[in-house]
Amino acid sequence: MPRTRLEPRFQVEYLSILDSEGNLDAALEPDLPDADLKRLYHWMVLARRLDERMVRLQRQGRIGTFAPIKGQEASQLGTVACLSPTDWMVPSFRETAAMIWRGWPIEKLLLFFSGHLEGGQPAPDQHDLPITIPVATQIPHAVGLAYAAQYRGDDAVVMTYFGDGATSEGDFHEALNFAGVWHVPVVFVCQNNQWAISVPLKKQTHSRTIAEKAHAYGFPGIQVDGNDVLAVYAAAREAVERARRGDGPTLIECVTYRLGVHTTADDPTKYRSAEEVAEWERKDPLTRFTAYLQKRNLLEEGLEDRVDAEIAEAVARFEALPPADALTMFDHVYAELPPHLRAQRESLAQRLRDGAPAGEETRPASPPMRGQRTTDR
Amino acid sequence: MVKALNLALRQEMERDADVLVIGEDVGVDGGVFRVTEDLHRTFGGRRVIDSPLAEAAIVGTSIGMALYGLRPVCEIQFSGFAFQCFHQFENHAARYRMRTQGRFHVPLVVRMPFGGGVRALEHHSESEEQFYAHVPGLKMVIPSGPRNARALLLSAIRDPDPVIFFEHKALYHASREEVPEEPETLPLGQAQVVREGSAITLIAYGAMLRVAQEAAETLARDDRVEAEVIDLLTISPLDRETIVGSVTKTGRAVIVHEAPRSFGAGAEIAASIMEGAFLSLEAPIRRVAAYDVPFVGFARERVNVPDAARVLAAARETLSY
Repeated sequence: MPRTRLEPRFQVEYLSILDSEGNLDAALEPDLPDADLKRLYHWMVLARRLDERMVRLQRQGRIGTFAPIKGQEASQLGTVACLSPTDWMVPSFRETAAMIWRGWPIEKLLLFFSGHLEGGQPAPDQHDLPITIPVATQIPHAVGLAYAAQYRGDDAVVMTYFGDGATSEGDFHEALNFAGVWHVPVVFVCQNNQWAISVPLKKQTHSRTIAEKAHAYGFPGIQVDGNDVLAVYAAAREAVERARRGDGPTLIECVTYRLGVHTTADDPTKYRSAEEVAEWERKDPLTRFTAYLQKRNLLEEGLEDRVDAEIAEAVARFEALPPADALTMFDHVYAELPPHLRAQRESLAQRLRDGAPAGEETRPASPPMRGQRTTDR
Repeated sequence: MVKALNLALRQEMERDADVLVIGEDVGVDGGVFRVTEDLHRTFGGRRVIDSPLAEAAIVGTSIGMALYGLRPVCEIQFSGFAFQCFHQFENHAARYRMRTQGRFHVPLVVRMPFGGGVRALEHHSESEEQFYAHVPGLKMVIPSGPRNARALLLSAIRDPDPVIFFEHKALYHASREEVPEEPETLPLGQAQVVREGSAITLIAYGAMLRVAQEAAETLARDDRVEAEVIDLLTISPLDRETIVGSVTKTGRAVIVHEAPRSFGAGAEIAASIMEGAFLSLEAPIRRVAAYDVPFVGFARERVNVPDAARVLAAARETLSY
C-alpha cells in the first residue's frame, strides 16, 4: 500500500477592508446605505460609552462584577447587524454591544450585573438566549436551536458568540462537529481577543488560526480583522446568507483585543505589557470607523451627548427599580410549585413577616479586588 | 419493559410531531437495549437522530431544541457516561426557566439505563440518581416495571420541565406485565403504596422494589408481620406526604437503594421521616444500600447490591428494636 499525500482541500481566508491607518479596499467595501452606517456607528458609540459607564458604576459599588467589552465593539456589532429579529442570538458573557443591538434594555443589563434574576429575562418576542457564564457551554444550544429551526422549516439563522479560550473546551468541538454533520443554519462567532483572563492565545492553541478549526468539521472558517467593522460585517453577511440558503454553518474568527480588564475583578497589568495594550489602542475599532465616516461626511453633531443622556436615563430607571422581591425565587424552578418548595416558600414568607431583611438594603460597594486600585484599565 | 418504553415513545411521536429521539445508536440499530427499535423506520432520521458520539452535545443540542419548543428525548447509552454531560444538566437544563424568569423552559427527557445485575463492566452498572435528585430544577424518575415505565415516560415527555429518566437494566427484559394499548400516564412526583401493611414501611424504587417486595412476602409468611411497601417512582421531587403518612402509621422504616449509602436518596428520605413522623417512630430508620466504594465489578456485585436477605435482616432488627 502506498503512503501518499492527501492534498489539503481547504484554505483559510483573512479579510480586512479598512485598516488601522484608514486605508480602504474599495473593491471589498460592503454596499451599506448611509443610514445603516450611521446606525452602526450610533450603536458602537453607545456600546463604548455604556461600557465605560458600567466600569465606573462597578467601581462606585452601584453594580456588581461584569465583563467589559471595550475594543470588541466592531466584532459584535458587525456580526449581530446581519441578523433579523426572528433569527436567534446566543451570547456568552461579554456581549453587551450585541445584546443592546438586539433590544436588551440597558437597565436590564444593569439589573443582571447587580445580581437580579430579572436582568436575564428576554422579552416575549425576543429570540435571544440570556447571558451564559460557563465557557463554551452555550454553543451546543445554538446548534440545537438551529436544528429545531430547520426541523420546523423556519427561516431562522442562529448566531452564537464565544472567545478564544472557549475553543479549547470540549463543548466547542462537539458543537461544531454536530453542526457540520447536521448541516444546520448556525454562525459561530469567535471573538479572539488574545487573552483568556491571563492566558495568551499562543498558550491556548497551537493552530495558526482559530478559523481553520472549522475545516476539521467540514465547513468554512474565515478570519477577519475584528476591529474593522466593515470586514466583520461583510464576512457575517456572507455567513448568514449561506446559513439561510441551506448551505450550513460558518466559523468567523474576529481578531480583536480586550482593551480593558477580563472582569472588573481582574488586574491585567499582572500578565500583559502596557506597550501591547497601547499597540492595540492604535487599532481601536471606533477610531477607525469614525475616520471612515468623517471622510464620507456621515458624522452627526452631538452624538456622544445624546448617547450619554440615553445611558443616564437608563441608569436612573435602573436605580429607581424596586428592590428584589425575595419570595419570587421560588416562581421559576418548575412550571408548578412542588410541595417541598411550597413549604420552603411559606417558611421564608414567615421569616419576612417576622422582620428578616428581604435583600440588600442599600447596594454596598463590592470589596476591593486584587489590584483594583493599581490599574486604570 | 423495553417494549413498554418503546410503545410510549412510538405513541408520543405519533401524537406530537415535536417529539424527537436523539442519541448514540438510537436510529438504525434501535438502541443498544432496543428501546428505540423501529422508530427510525417509522419516523425517519430527522426525528430519530443517530448522533455523533458526544454526550455533552447530545444533551446540549437537545436543550437548544427544547428551548425552541421541541420535545427531545435523549438517550445516554449508560448512566455511567452521563458525567460527560452533567454540566449541561446542572448548568443549563435545570436553570433556563429560572435564568430567564419563565421566558424559556426546557421540556427535555433524558433516558439512561442504570443499575447492576446484568454482568456489566465498570461504568455500566452503577446507580447515580442522587446526583440528579440534588439539582433543583430537574426531575428524577425511576420506574419499577413495564406498566409504570410506559406511563411515567409518557408523563415525562409531556412535562414542561427537564426529566432525568432512569431505566434499570435488570428490568429491561426480566420485568414483564400487561401494558394496555390505550395511552395512560402517571403523575410525576407521586409515590405508590404497592403493598399495604401496618408494622413497618419498606421504601424502594427501580429494581430494588422487587427486593423489598420479596422481603415483605417473607415477613408475612415467616414472621406474620405485614410490611407496607412504597414504590417511589419519582426520586425528585420526593413524595414526602406518602412516605410520612405511611411511617406515621407503621412507626418503622427501612429504605432500600442500589446506590452507595452515604449522601444517597435514603438520607433525604430518612431526614424527611424525622421531620414529618418523629413522634411516631418506634425504631431508628435503617438504610440498606450499596457500600461506599467506587465500584466493585460484577464478580463481587451480589454482595454489594442489596438483596432480600439484607432487607429482611434490617427489617427484623427494626421490628425488634
